[in-house]
Amino acid sequence: MRLVGEAFVPVRVHVKEQADAYAQLSTRYGVQWTPTTLVIDSRGGERHRIEGFLPADDFLAQLALGLAHSAFAAGRFAEAERQFREVVDRHPDSDAAAEALYWAGVSRYKATNDAAALADTAREFTTRYRDTSWAKKASVWAA
Amino acid sequence: MTAAQGAITWRHDLEGALGDARAQGRHVLLDFSAAPM
Repeated sequence: MRLVGEAFVPVRVHVKEQADAYAQLSTRYGVQWTPTTLVIDSRGGERHRIEGFLPADDFLAQLALGLAHSAFAAGRFAEAERQFREVVDRHPDSDAAAEALYWAGVSRYKATNDAAALADTAREFTTRYRDTSWAKKASVWAA
Repeated sequence: MTAAQGAITWRHDLEGALGDARAQGRHVLLDFSAAPM
């Protein structure tokens, strides 16, 4: 869980132990189920949502995916591409990997305005994560 | 909750955490839990 210590300030609200805070924050963020984990930027904006239990590696992959989405939302596309790629490289067997591969391609395109970034991504999906919805989404980019 | 998550030192004040996140260039990990404490 080194990523948590390095990149996050962790806050937990418990449905019973912090009932008032739980009620207030679950309303603020529209949370209806536990466990739900949110990646929040420093202005309080939600950048990623994890609903339900995940094994540790998948959980860490989702956190890293959330950081990459946050960089993308802030328009830091080169940084976002690097972070999305790291999700693929470090957690290749996680469900987050296919989503990260898709957004890495989008980030590269946004950073360079080069359509080859999208075609390259579509090509990569012909060999990896072929049975995912992300491969279907990327298929429209095939040259 | 995974064993690894059990090793995390959790805070309970979101507004204070947001202030620290701004100062430290971090994000906040906000966990809604019903796990036994």
